[in-house]
Amino acid sequence: MITKLKTDIKEEQKLAQEHIKKQGLRVLVCAGTGCVANGSLKVIEKFKELGADVSTLTDYDKMTIVPTGCHGFCEQGVLVIIPEKHVTYVKVKEADVEEIYNSHIKNNKPVERLLYTDPKSGERILKNEEINFYAKQTRTALANCGKINAESIEEAISVRGYEALSNILIENNPESVIEQIEKSGLRGRGGGGFPTGRKWRFTAANRGGKSYVVCNGDEGDPGAFMDRSVMEGDPHKLLEGMAIAAFAVGADEGYIYVRAEYPLAIKRLRKAIKDAEEKNFLGKNIMGSDFSFTIHIKEGAGAFVCGEETALIASIEGERGMPRPKPPFPANKGLFGRPTLINNVETLANVPVIMLKGADWFSKMGTETSKGTKTFALTGEVNNTGLIEVPMGTTLREIIFDIGGGIRGGKKFKAVQIGGPSGGCLTEEHLDLPMDYDSLLKAGAMVGSGGLVVMAEDTCMIEVARFFMNFTKNESCGKCVPCREGTKNMLAILEKIVAGKGEMQDLELLEELAKIVKDGSLCGLGKTAPNPVLSTLKYFKDEYIAHIKDKKCPAGVCTAMKTVMIDENKCKGCTKCARTCPVGAIDGVVKQPHKINQDKCIKCEACLNSCPFKAIGLK
Amino acid sequence: MTDIKTLFVDGKEVEFTDEPNLLEVIKKAGITIPTFCYRPDLTTFGACRMCVVEIDGRGIQSSCTMPPEAGLKIHTNTQRVRRIRKTVLELLLANHDRNCLTCDKSGNCELQKYSEEYGITKIRYKNKEELLPVDESSPSIVRDSNKCILCGACVRACAEYQHSVLGFANRGSKTLVQPMKGKPLADVECVNCGQCAAVCPTGALTIKSDIERVYDVVLNPEYKTVLQIAPSVRVALGEVFGLDAGENSIKKIYAAARKIGFDLVFDTNFSADLTIMEEANEFVERLTKGENLPIFTSCCPAWVKYLEMTHPDMLNHLSSAKSPQGMLSPVIKEFAPKYYEGFTKENIKVISIMPCTAKKYEITREQLKGETDFVLTTSEFAKMIKSSGIDFSVLKEEEANSPFGGYTGGGTIFGASGGVAEAAVRTAYNMVTGEDLKDVNITPLRGVDASSRSKEAVIDIKGTKVKIRVVSTLIEAEKAVREVKEGKADFQMLEVMACPGGCINGGGQPISCYDSKIKEERAQGLYKEDEELPIRLCHKNPDIIRIYKDHLEKPGSHLAHKLLHTTYSSKKKSL
Repeated sequence: MITKLKTDIKEEQKLAQEHIKKQGLRVLVCAGTGCVANGSLKVIEKFKELGADVSTLTDYDKMTIVPTGCHGFCEQGVLVIIPEKHVTYVKVKEADVEEIYNSHIKNNKPVERLLYTDPKSGERILKNEEINFYAKQTRTALANCGKINAESIEEAISVRGYEALSNILIENNPESVIEQIEKSGLRGRGGGGFPTGRKWRFTAANRGGKSYVVCNGDEGDPGAFMDRSVMEGDPHKLLEGMAIAAFAVGADEGYIYVRAEYPLAIKRLRKAIKDAEEKNFLGKNIMGSDFSFTIHIKEGAGAFVCGEETALIASIEGERGMPRPKPPFPANKGLFGRPTLINNVETLANVPVIMLKGADWFSKMGTETSKGTKTFALTGEVNNTGLIEVPMGTTLREIIFDIGGGIRGGKKFKAVQIGGPSGGCLTEEHLDLPMDYDSLLKAGAMVGSGGLVVMAEDTCMIEVARFFMNFTKNESCGKCVPCREGTKNMLAILEKIVAGKGEMQDLELLEELAKIVKDGSLCGLGKTAPNPVLSTLKYFKDEYIAHIKDKKCPAGVCTAMKTVMIDENKCKGCTKCARTCPVGAIDGVVKQPHKINQDKCIKCEACLNSCPFKAIGLK
Repeated sequence: MTDIKTLFVDGKEVEFTDEPNLLEVIKKAGITIPTFCYRPDLTTFGACRMCVVEIDGRGIQSSCTMPPEAGLKIHTNTQRVRRIRKTVLELLLANHDRNCLTCDKSGNCELQKYSEEYGITKIRYKNKEELLPVDESSPSIVRDSNKCILCGACVRACAEYQHSVLGFANRGSKTLVQPMKGKPLADVECVNCGQCAAVCPTGALTIKSDIERVYDVVLNPEYKTVLQIAPSVRVALGEVFGLDAGENSIKKIYAAARKIGFDLVFDTNFSADLTIMEEANEFVERLTKGENLPIFTSCCPAWVKYLEMTHPDMLNHLSSAKSPQGMLSPVIKEFAPKYYEGFTKENIKVISIMPCTAKKYEITREQLKGETDFVLTTSEFAKMIKSSGIDFSVLKEEEANSPFGGYTGGGTIFGASGGVAEAAVRTAYNMVTGEDLKDVNITPLRGVDASSRSKEAVIDIKGTKVKIRVVSTLIEAEKAVREVKEGKADFQMLEVMACPGGCINGGGQPISCYDSKIKEERAQGLYKEDEELPIRLCHKNPDIIRIYKDHLEKPGSHLAHKLLHTTYSSKKKSL
């Protein structure tokens, strides 16, 4: 059944293209949260100031500064891209703008010193697509991030925004939408990896009454900002994805749950919703069809657990953000007791492109069971940190060494924590493991929402486990006993070990408790909280034993394991350290080498900083 | 007809129909599943993880939240299941003060029980470090966070029955159950109903004990101690001593009281009859004048406090009649000296046994001070019987003292939700028509299960149709009050009991939160006594007729007002 729409999307696209053309020379300046923090708003102002006098432009009648969403290469921000000149400038400061303008924009002479330098070859690279960081990526969810003005619906339309929605409204067959999503093999990008199409089908089975579509934008993993980048950089793609999902499952109301700590994302989403409503891409009788759909934004207060879908529902309802037992699943009884489809931001952002380019196009990317691409927030000890998107099944080696440019400072790779506090660590033996849902699960980790923290040889894995356990312990909602009490006690044991007070039976207890918390907890937070402990116990048990038996931290990180020593050869007996020591642990005669009484020393390291001869060190 | 399906519990095929969850189905198979947070009358929470079972193909599931499905193969006692339960217990105990010997809940504590059953003899985890202060601000309830296992039963009971004054604060291992903003219970809109304590599996919420204060007067020859016993005590106290719920043991209770040392034993059922005389009279007066209708019953102190706190503009609807407890105490102090030598207004101490924790609050009301001296809950009195060394099972039945001990069926059904209204209608009918109802059973007003928290009946009083609304829980009361406020109420009498099902399910009764049927059996016990008593109409009680003849003149008289009626005032809190 073909429906005739009032809105002609092709016509809209023509208008949008004209709008772009009128802009003249487009200068894309990243205005994602990272670059804003680095001063991109000042860079933008400066460009605008210079471009105000169009008479100085030689080849163009006009120059338009386009504040875009995140380019991903946050490490190198502020990023400035001039597509027509095929150039990417990195680490641009306000003071550099004039030079770019005068040299490159007016006289077509690139500013060498602001180009990206390849860490391996030392060469300056002009073109974006030649920078290794970008060259190895395949961007679908992030396709438009950094390329369009996130606050302009025309720019979104110019890159085929809302075309997929228009197509499905014309075709008017929800079943075929679900079939396409099923066929594409798309799986939930928020962590669990549940097949998206199946989730849609479950919800659609309850079609008839009031239903909701909820977008989970409660991105809580430390260091993860994939969802934020989509919401900030391409909000219309998310809105379109939600509208398509709503059409497929028969919902007429949607919520985007986004953390209040993402003010820019909220601002841009609000603007996008307003613009889309004005164009009747959202609201009543969308594009003149029978389909109506409105979207609300719910700001979350930043509890990690609210990323868990039932806790998120409780939070939208105004209740305390505590998970509820499943069954009933949200597809049957979700928000306000009604059938509810909950998908993560990235999942929904993949929907319009699947509908446009087809399920087959999407499923060609990735592995047997994990299709498409996945975004990762690459952080830690790699040269190129930032936001990346790669086909599922890309190996860790490609991500860390090609895209990431290898380990910082030439250090040796030790491990990578994947999936944030719910994930596990992977080691050198996993470098060639394809990154997909099932391989990672088998290795004791998970894709999670896509946090990748790379660690080098000087990272203490027990400290890493302690760090993440401290996070989950603080973020546990406190409802079920295994998670609430278990995370607290796992943390207590880890703290005991890094303090040098561990006993061998603590290891057994830690492992026993970790397994039970995993087995017995109510929700995903608790079920995955022990992963950092279990995977470090699996791959780095010798490090635990070194902490306990030898009272040594092999990575040299844990202060409690260190001994403060005075080098007799360097010590001049100036007595400064003895006077500085707050506990009187240093003895010695003037002009004679001093000694530290290890029983008294509290390892505060005050002496270390006081010594004028650098005679005091940690061992 | 409901379909019968089957599933397998430890290899045994078990039938199920409309059980809400696996835990209930497994119970039918003769297996008790341990739980801290599941209560059949409250929404399921799934938090304690004690009730986990292993299901083929589904792994570990909490049986309290899992709906039964045909064909499921459930294993209730695998090593995996046991490990989770034992770890839960060990973790809870590590975070608990473990002062069992001095805990009021000792012997009735679920944590203690399961720790013993699962053999938790060693705690390998770090002990709770810091103890929090105990909140003893309420006259009814003691809150000790150091014993709380965060099962949330109290939070749900308070929210689903009453006024939601308890909630979770903080997150993770810092989570606490506490009244709003961490205030003392006495400073929030708590109605003292004690339902929180009634569902608490540990000693975190207990009833403030008055046992020692009562012993101090009972065992002191300077005082004449007089006991009154509320209707629903008689069908519940026996449970502590192995009797079935609903079995009426009132005559043994009289005997036990005398053995403990109480000088006189009266029955609150008598003053329930008296309450009906005053309240029915007031109702008929209001009906005639068309004033302050609907009349609200005033026997439940939690309800009265609630109205004073939240709807002070509606206090004119409340009957000015005191509660049966509130009536009997001044009557005893005023008139007992006339019947019993050596008794004076000054040396009499009136103690009441109530199913209710709010009654402890009621006697502190400004208007009622000095009338009732102490309130003991049913559970407290059971403890007194035990600590007095009395073997309840061999006690010989005795009668109450006269003249405030005789009662009718109308008085006894006060203990179940709907009973007050039913008794009042029986008498009001007579007051208006001079005749008695042909059928005194007003069955639409009966029933104490979750589906009977709001019920109605229409009585034809010789052409005048009178509609009665009966509610239990303040959630239902609030709805009814709103109807009245909005002018939508079509009923002329509203009976409110704060506890779900009425006093038989009061906060001071023996523990019954794990079995919904207990309160129904207690209610049946009361209705059975009503049927069996020779007199079922309050106004026919010869002791009632005599007290009016000898002392009070008539319902609503000047003296009746002085002794039997009270006033109300706004208790709005600034929160």
